[in-house]
Amino acid sequence: MAAESKIDPMHQFQISPLAGNLDGSPFVFTNSALWMFVILALVWLFMLGGMKRALVPGRWQAMVEGVTGFVAGMLETSVGPEGRKYVPWVFTIFMFILFANLLGLMPFALVGAQPFTVTSQFTVTGVMAIISFSIVLITGFWRHGFHFFSLFVPHGTPFILKLLIVPIEFVSFMVRPFSLALRLFVAMIAGHILVEVFGSFVVSGINAGGVAGPAISLLSFVFIVGVMALEVLVCAIQAYVFALLTSLYINDAVNLH
Amino acid sequence: MDLASAKVIGAGLAAIGVGAAAIGVGNVFGSFLESAIRNPAAADGQQGRLFIGFAAAELLGLIAFAVAMIILYAQ
Repeated sequence: MAAESKIDPMHQFQISPLAGNLDGSPFVFTNSALWMFVILALVWLFMLGGMKRALVPGRWQAMVEGVTGFVAGMLETSVGPEGRKYVPWVFTIFMFILFANLLGLMPFALVGAQPFTVTSQFTVTGVMAIISFSIVLITGFWRHGFHFFSLFVPHGTPFILKLLIVPIEFVSFMVRPFSLALRLFVAMIAGHILVEVFGSFVVSGINAGGVAGPAISLLSFVFIVGVMALEVLVCAIQAYVFALLTSLYINDAVNLH
Repeated sequence: MDLASAKVIGAGLAAIGVGAAAIGVGNVFGSFLESAIRNPAAADGQQGRLFIGFAAAELLGLIAFAVAMIILYAQ
């Protein structure tokens, strides 16, 4: 009993190969890759259903146009009219993160599948953050040349303060990809660990029996329902924040203060 | 004190940072609401900044959480 009730909240984040093994070839089809394909298929289905270009949009098309309009509007307000060029990338990461986060919350274990949250891996979020950061760097140097470095010098700074501010601005610029990736991945990990720990409280409370055990189970269950609602909100907010910060960083590169 | 108990105490201390970030996030949304009620017309235009402040405050709490997890689970 004591060995059974040991809580292992990190197990759900384990990457396991579906064919072959991880020690041999570096290219192994894992559960993470499988879920990424599922997300890709779902995003495609979602988009294809809405890209009919009907003059009077149906429900599905209105939904898709709402999402695309939302992302385009976000870039319009933060970057300006030139922001339209960057809509494809920001829309891609927004949809991918949103679908990945929400799919990770779905109770697929009930039907026997092994659920897995793609965005709970630092490698995945890190690659997305690095691509965003590369777009910022390439745009900045492409448009402004070495003048791009004036991003680190705010206007009208006295010379003495420049010595202090330029290193600080440089560090805060370089840390952006890490903060982007870390925020998403830790937010996902934290939520899933919380749900897992309180979920195992429900099971072990019922197993313990007596009066106190089921009472604790019931309390934990009510708590999980609340946490799940919060998690759905966090999923959407994290996707929004990632897209919003990416568009703000692009604004830095395009408009240079 | 052996290493295992020191680890658990350290993780608990690191978790204090999560509570501090909760104060920060509450402060961000509370201040926004306070001023949005005073001037509702200007509130919609500031939602981007609201979420930037939220993201910055939340990140620090998540870093504290990551430190706690590293202390607990890293070998």
